[in-house]
Amino acid sequence: MIQPWGTMLPAPYLAAGSDSFTEFTRLVSPDLLPPTSLDTSMPELLRHGTTIVALKYNSGVVICGDRRATMGSLIAQDDIEKVFGADGISVLGVTGAVGLAIEMVRLFQTELEHYEKIEGRPLSLDGRAARLAILVRSNLAMAVLGIAVIPVFAGWDAFRHRGRIFSYDGTGGRNEEHAFCTAGTGSIFATATLKKRHRLDMDRNEAVQLAVRAIYDAASDDAATTGPDLSRGVYPVVVVADEDGVTRIATENVALVAKRLVDEITESNESS
Amino acid sequence: MTVPAYVSPDQWISDRADFARRGVGRGYAVVVARCADGICMVAHNPSRSLHQTSEIHDRIGFAAVGRYNEYEQLRVAGIRLADIRAYAYGPLDVTGLALATTYAQVIGANFASMNEKPYEVELAVAELGRTRPADQIFRISWDGSVSDGIAPTVLGPMSQDRRDTINEFITDSTPLDDAVRCAAAALTASSDAAIADELEVSILDPRTGGRRTFRRLGRDRVRAFWSAS
Repeated sequence: MIQPWGTMLPAPYLAAGSDSFTEFTRLVSPDLLPPTSLDTSMPELLRHGTTIVALKYNSGVVICGDRRATMGSLIAQDDIEKVFGADGISVLGVTGAVGLAIEMVRLFQTELEHYEKIEGRPLSLDGRAARLAILVRSNLAMAVLGIAVIPVFAGWDAFRHRGRIFSYDGTGGRNEEHAFCTAGTGSIFATATLKKRHRLDMDRNEAVQLAVRAIYDAASDDAATTGPDLSRGVYPVVVVADEDGVTRIATENVALVAKRLVDEITESNESS
Repeated sequence: MTVPAYVSPDQWISDRADFARRGVGRGYAVVVARCADGICMVAHNPSRSLHQTSEIHDRIGFAAVGRYNEYEQLRVAGIRLADIRAYAYGPLDVTGLALATTYAQVIGANFASMNEKPYEVELAVAELGRTRPADQIFRISWDGSVSDGIAPTVLGPMSQDRRDTINEFITDSTPLDDAVRCAAAALTASSDAAIADELEVSILDPRTGGRRTFRRLGRDRVRAFWSAS
């Protein structure tokens, strides 16, 4: 549908109504929203984004995602990004059907900004987590067909003055995590690493190292997850949310962390 | 069947124009002007929550005078239009010209409609260009007429000599604090620092580094414009 632009406006634009972008778009231009039913025999739908980890440290949260998207037993893409800043203080990582996942990210980012502009102040962190739950739930019909999108949401809560992490299931069920969470195909292996090594009093550098290690461990056991690719310079995406806002760790720094980790593992293998 | 009494179009338009002009003339004015730091919007607005200036999109701001419920409705419509446009296409495809045209269409159609009360508002759509010379300020009046330019724009009631003062003193090389003080003096006829508490000041600032350039300045920041000099 062509959007009105420089012309008269359809009535819903001028009506008092929702401050939700998604709800408004459903009224005036539902074709822009992600589909709610699809023929699942389409091979594109099998494209699948894999492992995300999120963990708290002493003054914020780190969220890290590997770079692989698979299509059945094939690697569909090996440099895809699945972790995004949602706005100035929160971060979103997505696993599952890649096309829908990326659309969900874009919709969520627009949703937050739209609310902030209309209301004149941003949503609370709980409010954002709740909005995301609604987006996940609106994909429920697709999840039933095996095309689920499972996000991980984390951010800095200025009122409580701490980082917080929310995990989701396919029904939009939202759960606040005490220390860390993982999502995607490699999550059981990443969880094993985090369980043994994670402490809430870690500093930011330790937390970044641990996040990369969890992805590395997931990659060594899960074919759908990729670890740091030193030869081609493709590294996990690491984003931090703390009091100063959202910062993406520069690729050079993730590369250093990854190289140190690989050296450490090489040494321990040689000495044994 | 009764035939409605004949009213000449001239009379009808002039009655509606008087009505709208009176409505807009009741409130305080707003100044929208390019300055060295971007495009500033200064309103004499004692309220801290009922804003007269707002962000519409990354590089587009909105200022209004008149009836709150009417310009709030138009502000929200502008945000909806801009966001849906940016979502369907891209953020670069949201332009001040199209937004101003849409406002003109809505207000103009309403002004000419027999069954509706004319809007009692005056709006400005300020757009920060990709380069500073490409900045634009559109002014949309209660009858849907549009003007555009880069000169400072005053919405609402203000005497011509004060408008001249603003035009003379606020240019694209005026620092923000000077521009705000000059606008405040024209809006309130006062150069007293106490007036800072009755001002609403926003800016489209190209140097924020991010995609979104709109900033609302806090009362403390505005007060500092007077204490610094």
